[in-house]
Amino acid sequence: MNRHDLKTIIYAEKTKEENNKYRHKICVCCGASCISSGSEEVMKKLQEEIKTRGLENEVEVVPTGCMGPCNQGPLMKFLPEYNIYQKIDCSNISAIVQSQLTEKKPIEDLLLFADSREKPFLDAQEDPFFKKQMKIALRNCGHINPERIEDYLVHNGYQALDKVLFEMSPEEVIAEIKQSRLRGRGGAGYPTGFKWETVYKYVSDQKYVICNGDEGDPGAFMDRSVLEGNPHRVLEGMAIAGYAVGASKGYAYIRGEYPLAIKRFELAIKQARKMGLLGNNILGTSFSFDIEVRIGAGAFVCGEETALIASIEGKRGTPRPRPPFPAESGLWGKPTLINNVESFAAISPIINNGGEWYSEIGTPKSAGTKVFALAGKIKYSGLIEVPMGTTLREIVFDIGGGMQNDADFKAAQTGGPSGGCIPAEHLDVKMDYESLVSLGSIMGSGGLIIMDKSSDMVDVARYFMEFCMDESCGKCVPCRVGTRMMHDLLQKICDNKGTQIDLNRLEELAVYVKETSLCGLGGSAPNPLLSTLRHFRQEYENRIVKHD
Amino acid sequence: MKSGTAVHTKELSKTDPRVKLIAAKMKKENYKPDALIEILHTAQNAYGYLPKEVLAYITKALHLPPSRVYSTVTFYHFFSLKSKGEHTCLVCTGTACYVKGAQAILNEIEKKLGLKAGQVSADDKLGVQVARCIGACGLAPAVVLDDEVQAKVSPDEIIKKINIKIGTV
Repeated sequence: MNRHDLKTIIYAEKTKEENNKYRHKICVCCGASCISSGSEEVMKKLQEEIKTRGLENEVEVVPTGCMGPCNQGPLMKFLPEYNIYQKIDCSNISAIVQSQLTEKKPIEDLLLFADSREKPFLDAQEDPFFKKQMKIALRNCGHINPERIEDYLVHNGYQALDKVLFEMSPEEVIAEIKQSRLRGRGGAGYPTGFKWETVYKYVSDQKYVICNGDEGDPGAFMDRSVLEGNPHRVLEGMAIAGYAVGASKGYAYIRGEYPLAIKRFELAIKQARKMGLLGNNILGTSFSFDIEVRIGAGAFVCGEETALIASIEGKRGTPRPRPPFPAESGLWGKPTLINNVESFAAISPIINNGGEWYSEIGTPKSAGTKVFALAGKIKYSGLIEVPMGTTLREIVFDIGGGMQNDADFKAAQTGGPSGGCIPAEHLDVKMDYESLVSLGSIMGSGGLIIMDKSSDMVDVARYFMEFCMDESCGKCVPCRVGTRMMHDLLQKICDNKGTQIDLNRLEELAVYVKETSLCGLGGSAPNPLLSTLRHFRQEYENRIVKHD
Repeated sequence: MKSGTAVHTKELSKTDPRVKLIAAKMKKENYKPDALIEILHTAQNAYGYLPKEVLAYITKALHLPPSRVYSTVTFYHFFSLKSKGEHTCLVCTGTACYVKGAQAILNEIEKKLGLKAGQVSADDKLGVQVARCIGACGLAPAVVLDDEVQAKVSPDEIIKKINIKIGTV
């Protein structure tokens, strides 16, 4: 397929959409979380209901990716009214359809958050949960059918790829990404444009692009939702990256625990190949690029780039010392670009709207938006996307609706096992890379777990240390032995048997492990311990056996 | 599968559909050693775990040293060298589930069914495992019972559901 054919298809699809024969569109959330709550059954019942009423020609039923408020699932959205129904019980479907489509008014008692707000918002976009958000990476998640490439094409899909192939040189693409000030969304926050430029500069007969979808942090499901809800966006981002750095082959490394994400991404690859958007001579140009999926086999350390590369090569996923960085010598010794799923998802809007547009969102040092997986003891948990610099208070109390059972907020855990806990006195912290580091935590990939006073912070530190101990690959001593020693000491304190000497030793060990470990896993393993010690030291002191 | 000693295992039946599946996958991957993990995925999906003779078969077909295959299998949590049980109960211990009481669920399973994480009942009916995070944090605490996610479960509920599965009720 060449450029002209693509334009014809998009035009045809758009005309179809504009002369929409359907008066209504009903979206049913088919993200993994809603499926677990029974959305496939809802989808089936809804289709039957529409058929019984003879409305097939007026109502379009679309299975979509994640809509956001995951603990309220299964979710169903009526467009254009934007009425969202929560916790759908199949026995209510008939009544909902009757009320929405025949009587033209929503059933308020069944709307989103009806059971927890005084009055639900009829137009869900007005609800603080959505109103405070800004969706760029998640833009079409929850609106389009992730299993149809045509749905993506209608919503400006592959326009950015078309633009770079016909109107921009690789240097210009890199300049645009640099201007956007996008930083790696996997956690470390390295400027994406510079990474692309480094790979671009190395001369090699073969280069690779890798998409890191090994979302290992417990309590994080951003990448999963993006891959499930809009796989083509990630695919397009990878292809643009391939063009910019001069790679012809890409790998998407996706966690084995995410079967639905794998299925949808593989389907997306197949569809894109069929349309000539992947493969040889994309859109009739000289640029060729193809993508293969690699399934992770459950090792947290594989989120580390050199370990991930080893895993793609079919080996044990152990990291190696850097330099050389993958940009110079990565997969099979060739220059390799590795970016996170969410970073790739941000690429096509940047190309379409310009780097300047993106750089103006967020804070001066952290541009753009960030997706968070909000969970724990909070009223409305789920997937959210906010501009960088939004305060933690806004996320917890405006978007998240406050604490569950109106308990007191105790701490927010960010960054998973590599991050730390933010106490109540810092609720007004801006969520950006630097502010979180200054509090002893990190942005991480975006897991955000809210805790109330029922969480024992010493045990939280022990929990994460146990995780790192189990996940340590064993290659370097500080991490292999250090995490075990720290875990045992934390266990001792949890059992009320620890002494001041143990606490001192813990602090000493934390510094050794942090500074001497080979990779980021060991290097950041002490973070939860150090941050709880910093903000909740009293809880440790209270546990310690005092000798008179 | 100790290195240096010959591997004595049963011969696999070439007509076994599971063997055919693995053979087809290896052919598709061109017997490339770097596709080892992909092939192991196929084998584990077919058998539910990785029997020794299957590993020996893959080792031979890919021309890899047994140590390389064994070290890869034991490195990744996903792969198992022994049967995971007829029914599996996978308790998510991700942070959100941990905060909302995953440990209480594990304690109850140990108390009522006598199984700790990683153990399989003597009759091979039930295996209990833990997951680092299944990414269903909005549904915490979550347990996956035979591939079906049980959302926001209490320890009592999950014991009841397990008992129904293994047919003791």
